[in-house]
Amino acid sequence: MLALPTPHIRRRALLGAAGATLIGAGAQAQTKPPAAPKGQVIVGVSQEPTRFHPLAPAIEVDQGVWWNLFSPLWNVQPDGGYQPVLAREVPSVENGGISADGLLWRIRLRDGIKWHDGTAFTAEDVKFTLQLINNPDFRAASRTGHNLVQDIKVVSATEITWRMSEVYAPYLSRLSWTFIVPKHALEKATDINNAPFINAPIGTGPFKWAERVPGDHITLVANRDYFGDGPYLERLVFKYIPDLTVMYTQLRTGEIDHTSIQGITPDLFEQAKTLKDRVVTKTPAAWIESITPNLGWSFLADKAVREALYLGINKKAFVGAIYYGVPDPTESIYPAQSAFYNPDLPKQDYSPAKANALLDAAGWVRGSDGVRAKGGVRLEFTNSTTAGNQVREQGQQLLVQDWKAIGAAMKINNMPGAVIWGDYWAMSKFQSVMVGVSFGIGADPEVTDRLASTAIPAKGGSGRNTSQYANPAVDALLKEGATTFDFAKRKEIYRKIQSIVRDDLAILPLFQSYSVEGLKKGLVGYAPNINTLSNCWNCGSWYWAA
Amino acid sequence: MASYLVKRAIQSLILLWLVSMIGFAILHLAPGGPLAQFALTPGMTDADLKRMAQQMGLDRPLPIQYLEWAWRLLCGDWGNSYRDSKPVLSIIAGHLGATFELMFASTTIAVLLGSWVGVLGAVRRYSLFDTLATVGAMIALSIPTFWFGLIFIYIFSVTLGWLPAGSRFTIGDGSLLDYALHLIAPSIVLGFVTVAIWSRFMRASMLDVINQDYVRTARAKGLPERVILVKHTIRNAILPMITIAGLQLPTLLSGALVTETVFTWPGMGRLFLDSISYRDYPAVMGILMCSALLVLIGSLLADVLYSVADPRIRLD
Repeated sequence: MLALPTPHIRRRALLGAAGATLIGAGAQAQTKPPAAPKGQVIVGVSQEPTRFHPLAPAIEVDQGVWWNLFSPLWNVQPDGGYQPVLAREVPSVENGGISADGLLWRIRLRDGIKWHDGTAFTAEDVKFTLQLINNPDFRAASRTGHNLVQDIKVVSATEITWRMSEVYAPYLSRLSWTFIVPKHALEKATDINNAPFINAPIGTGPFKWAERVPGDHITLVANRDYFGDGPYLERLVFKYIPDLTVMYTQLRTGEIDHTSIQGITPDLFEQAKTLKDRVVTKTPAAWIESITPNLGWSFLADKAVREALYLGINKKAFVGAIYYGVPDPTESIYPAQSAFYNPDLPKQDYSPAKANALLDAAGWVRGSDGVRAKGGVRLEFTNSTTAGNQVREQGQQLLVQDWKAIGAAMKINNMPGAVIWGDYWAMSKFQSVMVGVSFGIGADPEVTDRLASTAIPAKGGSGRNTSQYANPAVDALLKEGATTFDFAKRKEIYRKIQSIVRDDLAILPLFQSYSVEGLKKGLVGYAPNINTLSNCWNCGSWYWAA
Repeated sequence: MASYLVKRAIQSLILLWLVSMIGFAILHLAPGGPLAQFALTPGMTDADLKRMAQQMGLDRPLPIQYLEWAWRLLCGDWGNSYRDSKPVLSIIAGHLGATFELMFASTTIAVLLGSWVGVLGAVRRYSLFDTLATVGAMIALSIPTFWFGLIFIYIFSVTLGWLPAGSRFTIGDGSLLDYALHLIAPSIVLGFVTVAIWSRFMRASMLDVINQDYVRTARAKGLPERVILVKHTIRNAILPMITIAGLQLPTLLSGALVTETVFTWPGMGRLFLDSISYRDYPAVMGILMCSALLVLIGSLLADVLYSVADPRIRLD
């Protein structure tokens, strides 16, 4: 029998988030939220939210808006636990929500929930949502996991069941990011991808759609019929400020109340901390910054070369000089706050001497220009990242110097985002890239599409294993992890995966990303959540201290 | 005149067709695509991206995609933006107001101030004023707009608190005074550079005219200097400026990218940059076609106005 985790079993102290929440609450910890929605918060975002269909492809800022307009069946908390939202409870074997074999799911829904237009929310909406994702005509962001759902039955307005065609443990996590859409607003649309709904969304979330001024801002207003606690704000505004320096200035002048997503640049962190009546927090993100080598390209397939390159990176200087010491160096593919994080991975040892010795032993001989060669092949490769990302570009310069000391020549070959992250990345046409990747999905460590040998697009796979990493032991563990529900066993599996990936140096991990976010003093309820793509996931709980 | 206009209209249509073909080809042949922005989104796989490319018709041969786009355009359908999921024309219209507002204000500053500086500089050639205006113009042209904008914000918004640090209006306010206050800083910053350009053109044009025989004749007739300046000199010096003004018409649409970014002004410049960054093909093509149309209209308008202002010129 499969042992399914009880919701919240994965609760884990999240020091960063807890600290930030306390700062947000701070002296106002004693204050209570207002009886009726009051005031507004203006959130500055450096990318413009433009996609308001929560099942369509989108970027981080879009998800920040979705969390406030829509509701999932359950959400994922900063500590990794699940909390019921539209559902009355998070399904598990213990409460009978999931059968012992993990295939039958039964969801009980809350009663009395209304869509923003007053229509009653029912199990039919959940069924419609799951069917829409699998509708071949609909441009769904992802069908992973949802494509296993079969035999959906609406038992009553507040109960729905379905069968999974195979066991898929990460589906709880997938559903925590799946926002339910209204059947009545979408089922009659002549073009399901361009229904009026996408520009005037109707949800069940704490805020309702008010207006969008393209290129400027989006305004949401309080949903006074919200079924949960809150909202406590009358208005929530997402303001598009493309330049981070300008965004910081507007936080200083008080034109915005919060800097979200990319927030404050690391070089301004120390200065920002001294701002009067502003609270600046360093919030952990799930993105792992790395040098990702293309293991299918020339000598980068050679583990000895990757080891030498890794030994040659002065990580301390890299993080200290380029990122002002804000992020923490890492060896893992998961953030340190994840319950699945393996803290026992070997620490990188910056040693140009060892790197040189390793390359000497591997037969790489220095040429007259200092660059090594072996069998007529020079130890020379390109590294690419998004052109215009000045911080990363400075990091590349540092790496050029580091690797020159061990006889490796790195050439910088940066490109615009739309170019590098197109086929160049997807079809593994690069030699190496500097990139930030979030390997898991929410709080779940499922990483098959990034590491499985069957997920290499350049070899016909359907995942995103663009580094072309292949290890049969990892393949087997990934399969086991995706079909195992037992938390302790999964933890063990994903720790092993991290060990193997670290040992193989499938990526050369640099650091776990942190975002420096600022907010006006007196704003209560801000709680960074590493398991969501935006820290605006709970604006319904925000309010101004009296 | 009528036959000239018909001839120009036919030329314009051919030009627009060429612009559309070349623009479409360059845009689509450039590496990358509209789905690249989702490449790093957690939860999306390569199979998802390929499926969407197929659903959006991006996997079809380029000539087919062009013909379909062109046919829809001829039928009045400019397509839907990939990024906004809205009709392209409505997106352009949504940004035009902000751009017109900013460009009108800055152009007014530029024309009035630039013309005054140019005229005075020419009349008092090599005077202290002329020297200061020349040096000032060089400085204005050399200072990066981005830096100037940030310094302006630092002084007038952060330090003095006189002006808002950006945006078109205060969310929740939106009164006329609020709009006007927000307009001051970006229009001055943008106008700063344009004043320099206009003043140099105006000065050069004035110097060309000031030594003409008819000006000398007017002075010999004993006309007052003011009349000579207004009726004979400025009036003729302004003729070349009509061409410049006509050619500047498209900038009313294209906006001012840097100023719009610094002052978070939701205009066409930023829309164009965002659309290019996201490879939002329908939006970029829409903006390109509108810009091309305005260039043609602007140059035609300049030619017509020139013939109206200068009776020696006949359009045949």
